[in-house]
Amino acid sequence: MAPTSKLSQGIKKASRSHTYHRRGLWAIKAKHGGAFPKAVKTDAVAAVAAPKFYPADDVKPRQPSTRKPNATKLRSSITPGTVLILLAGRFMGKRVVFLKQLKSGLLLVTGPFMINGVPIRRVNQAYIFATSTNVDVSGVNVDKIEDKYFARDKKKKAEKTEDELFETEKQTTKDLPQFKKEDQKAVDAALIKAIEAVPDLKAYLGARFSLRDGDKPHDMVF
Amino acid sequence: MPFKRFVEIGRVALVNYGKDYGRLVVIVDVVDQNRALVDAPDMVRCQINFKRLSLTDIKIDIKRVPKKTTLLKAMEEADVKNKWENSSWGKKLIVQKRRASLNDFDRFKVMLAKIKVILSSILD
Repeated sequence: MAPTSKLSQGIKKASRSHTYHRRGLWAIKAKHGGAFPKAVKTDAVAAVAAPKFYPADDVKPRQPSTRKPNATKLRSSITPGTVLILLAGRFMGKRVVFLKQLKSGLLLVTGPFMINGVPIRRVNQAYIFATSTNVDVSGVNVDKIEDKYFARDKKKKAEKTEDELFETEKQTTKDLPQFKKEDQKAVDAALIKAIEAVPDLKAYLGARFSLRDGDKPHDMVF
Repeated sequence: MPFKRFVEIGRVALVNYGKDYGRLVVIVDVVDQNRALVDAPDMVRCQINFKRLSLTDIKIDIKRVPKKTTLLKAMEEADVKNKWENSSWGKKLIVQKRRASLNDFDRFKVMLAKIKVILSSILD
């Protein structure tokens, strides 16, 4: 039912009889045998027993936030094939190739492994420099690598006897599963071909980045 | 030690401070003891303090406050651009600009080239 239009505050455009007809109240009355249907008042107040405890202050209970975080925005300078410089972590200073952004917002990169020892890895956008150098990644397929690929294996805790508890923990070194090694090779094969096509690029990716005396990072073009 | 570069109508100068930093301008008039009216091909004519100008060796032949087209023609005839770019001062500025615009990969290639030069001079 469209709302009644107003001429001014409190003054409606249509008269009482006009709105009565327009709202179809005559039809509702006719449907219910001449009288307007009354809503049945449930005795809800008497049904609930008097509560034992009344809180001193009327405080609204805290509701958990329904706000969902946005997907991390990828910097416009980062496109598939961009050479990135890692700024923190085990591979600090290494120059790597960007492959794609994962659903978690992290960036998927690879060394390539043969060139600088960086495997297929996830990296946070906050800890990289994006250079303006690009590598051709048209031959690379990373569709099957997602965040789940990097999930840790759940460790099974074996029951220990009293003696075993005091033994030193046996270091179970986990070897990389074979399929991961093959994925690395597959991703890197096309990449290395594209890299070797550009002179000096292989040596560039193999070298680490560092600041020298006189370097002003805010002035440097990357 | 006499002065060789004078503030005069037609003197080409380099702006060394402010919004137009690095621009080559021509002095077309002198406003007072501190300011000059300057003009350049891609700029609106404006006044500028002498302290913001570095005078160059180049001078062009114009009358006081020429029309823009007259100024452009005179600059063409004097070949200001080429004279500037071939002067040692102008060459230095071009190299500085190029070095500042190198990206990380370019800097790496420069480093390799420098090492090559040093090695070849040692081995020869």
